[in-house]
Amino acid sequence: MEALTSLIGGFSVLADPMNIVYMFVGIALGVLIGVLPGLGGANGVAILLPLTFSMSPVSAIIMLSSIYWGALFGGAITSILFNIPGEPWSVATTFDGHPMAQKGKAGEALTGAFTGSFIGAFFAVLLITFLAPVIAKFALQFGPAEFFAVYLLTFCSFVGMGRESPFKVLAAMTLGFALAAVGIDTVTGQLRMTFGSVELLRGFDFLVAVIGLFGVGEILLTMEEGLAFKGKSAKINPKVVFQTWARLPAYWAGMLRSAIVGCWMGITPGGATPASFMSYGLAKKFSKNGKNFGKGELEGVVMPEVAAHAAGTSALLPMLTLGIPGSPTAAVLLGGLLIWGLQPGPLLFVEQKDFVWGLIASIYLGNIAGLIVVLTTVPLFAAILRIPFSVIAPIILVICAVGAYTVHNAGLDIAVMLVFGVVGYVFKKLDYPLAPLVLALVLGDMAESSFRQAMLVSQGHLSIFWSNPLVGSIVTLALVMLFWPAISAIKARMTKGTRHAAAE
Amino acid sequence: MRLALANSVKQFAAVLAAAAALSPLPALAWEPAKNVEFIVPAGTGGGADQMARVIQGIIQKNNLMTQSMVVINKSGGAGAEGFLDMKGSAGNPHKIIISLSNIFTTPLATGVPFKWDDLTPVSMLALDEFVLWVNAKAPYSDVKGYLEALKTAAPGGEFKMGGTGSKQEDQIITAAIEQKTGAKFIYVPYKGGGDVAAQLVGGHVTSSVNNPIEAVSQWRAGELKPLCVFDDKRLAYKTSVTADKSWGDIPTCKEGGLDIEYLMLRGIFMAPKVTKEQVDYYVDLFKRVRATKDWADFMEKGAFNTSALTGEEYKAWLGKAADTHRTLMEKAGFIAK
Repeated sequence: MEALTSLIGGFSVLADPMNIVYMFVGIALGVLIGVLPGLGGANGVAILLPLTFSMSPVSAIIMLSSIYWGALFGGAITSILFNIPGEPWSVATTFDGHPMAQKGKAGEALTGAFTGSFIGAFFAVLLITFLAPVIAKFALQFGPAEFFAVYLLTFCSFVGMGRESPFKVLAAMTLGFALAAVGIDTVTGQLRMTFGSVELLRGFDFLVAVIGLFGVGEILLTMEEGLAFKGKSAKINPKVVFQTWARLPAYWAGMLRSAIVGCWMGITPGGATPASFMSYGLAKKFSKNGKNFGKGELEGVVMPEVAAHAAGTSALLPMLTLGIPGSPTAAVLLGGLLIWGLQPGPLLFVEQKDFVWGLIASIYLGNIAGLIVVLTTVPLFAAILRIPFSVIAPIILVICAVGAYTVHNAGLDIAVMLVFGVVGYVFKKLDYPLAPLVLALVLGDMAESSFRQAMLVSQGHLSIFWSNPLVGSIVTLALVMLFWPAISAIKARMTKGTRHAAAE
Repeated sequence: MRLALANSVKQFAAVLAAAAALSPLPALAWEPAKNVEFIVPAGTGGGADQMARVIQGIIQKNNLMTQSMVVINKSGGAGAEGFLDMKGSAGNPHKIIISLSNIFTTPLATGVPFKWDDLTPVSMLALDEFVLWVNAKAPYSDVKGYLEALKTAAPGGEFKMGGTGSKQEDQIITAAIEQKTGAKFIYVPYKGGGDVAAQLVGGHVTSSVNNPIEAVSQWRAGELKPLCVFDDKRLAYKTSVTADKSWGDIPTCKEGGLDIEYLMLRGIFMAPKVTKEQVDYYVDLFKRVRATKDWADFMEKGAFNTSALTGEEYKAWLGKAADTHRTLMEKAGFIAK
């Protein structure tokens, strides 16, 4: 009950009309940042951070966190329409979102993505409101072995199920790991695979690769197929929002699962990107429509979005209570807190009640406002697909190039993006899956360094991965996931066997 | 290139003329004619990044510059990307870089072709302190107890030191402790200072050498305790941080019998081959930044050592620091072959 009283206090902080204005400005900016690939939430917040130094901390954090919500929402838009993930965590949204748009169902996909985001965030913020002190402690149990276990679980829940040949999955994933290894090795401090080149020092950024593989690759494919968007015939119907909503309650179990995955990944802090991949993989495995995933299934759009937004929101919890950022954007917000004179940590909830509860209240309002803003734009965005391809393709290419440049302010990244575009095209043509490559590229170095940290701690004994119930159960779960196809085949045979026995 | 130069000369002349016409103040000898890129050779959210963004905010709030300052992170190769970019921008006065210890350590550890004196030193802003932290539940409460436990521990098994990055300042201090005491740590490198502090609270490592600002909240919450500070005198901040302790109450490591001093540079550099007027402009700019109240607040919050140097003194300090780093890293075997 104390939480409720504090929350009401938080809403009274928000009552200042200027704060509401900052919130809407933040969300609009955030959606824009989310839409532009490359200019991620972290960059966006970092650029705007100095502007907020003259505001009060409460107003500043409301505006900046609203940018963050807006970016979380906005990331889905280009993923669905053009197959270009605006943010790393919306990569999984492209898998079914873009096929839906090609089938003329862009409106449904966008509504599903936005609503899913909202549900995820709402679930996470309820958790923050009522369970913050209990949950915050949980993150402390995570040492290197536990982190590795979580990454392993992400990989295992994502592979070991594909329609593609396992060898192709393996080949794509290995390429991803190799690309992720370029640059500095954080464990030894040595350079790897840079071949003396200054440009390779920074490694291959995930965003640059993704913009190329998905965005540019898609444009190349479309060009080959006759310079037209497949989703051109999309009917723009304002009722689409309500029609999609009517279908969502059927997915409640999957959404609950994704929300839990998301919150868990946000708090631990694994982050929104692994959460979205993991949730997509789990949905594919457990959904009745699992075999249709990748061909334009609404469920495949909703689930990663629920998880990504739940993770993005709950990532604020370890940031506020422990000072560990759960995402790159949270890291920048953390810097902001210090500059405004707020010390994140266990005492923040005690000493800065107004600030903390004002922020939590703004998560509620910000997400409701965000949902309204983005839903009203659904018909508008869906209508973009009606613009002739020959007009929009060059614009998309320019946006991609600007995005790739923005990530590190490096001209070479534009060339890298184009090369990845060709790779993406070749992969599609040869029927190699892109998802494992992307997954390995984004999580490869994190998984590697936590594995090696764990090995340092245990002095080389693999037994550290079963050294306590927490890490042991995650690793075991991961292995079960990996061998799920085999396990379910054995299970099927056994039930068949018993049926035979019963029949005889 | 020549065209660009001609252009900037033209712009520069225009700015001068405008300045002379508009302001009753004595016109400065040189002023930026366009946006200044402020390079951070580290990722977003870290200590150097925070400082750069605070400076950007202070300059903006107090109107210390007519042009804008844009913070750009070039963190590739443990900062080598940023340093090499500066080295390649000879003569460009619209680019400055904030440096941390990686200006010395990165080239030595990775073999990247760069040395601190490739750049033009502008001024030292402050020095960042290092404190030896342990979990509040640890059985010892001073360096002596810590050192005894370290000596009796099984060789290479029990004592894990968590730190930021590999072959950077945290591991160098760890190596220095090893060299002084003959003990052996397992050094576990993490991505950022916040992670390290949380890992220490969770008991995944035995101790850390976090900067004050990275661990202060856990100290105040009673989760961590500081044993000593790696400086030659106690910190100057007397305001209570916890119920009964201030930064100034932490003994120096030397007092506890661990004779190690290590401070991390937070300084500003320009590209090679810039003119004296251009350097003077930035020296003056940062003098004014350091005079603001916001800066003083920031210094206190992070318990920084507020030493500041410019000109020859700064250069001499840098030369000495570079030698210290080389010796420490050579002894520890951290130099790239």
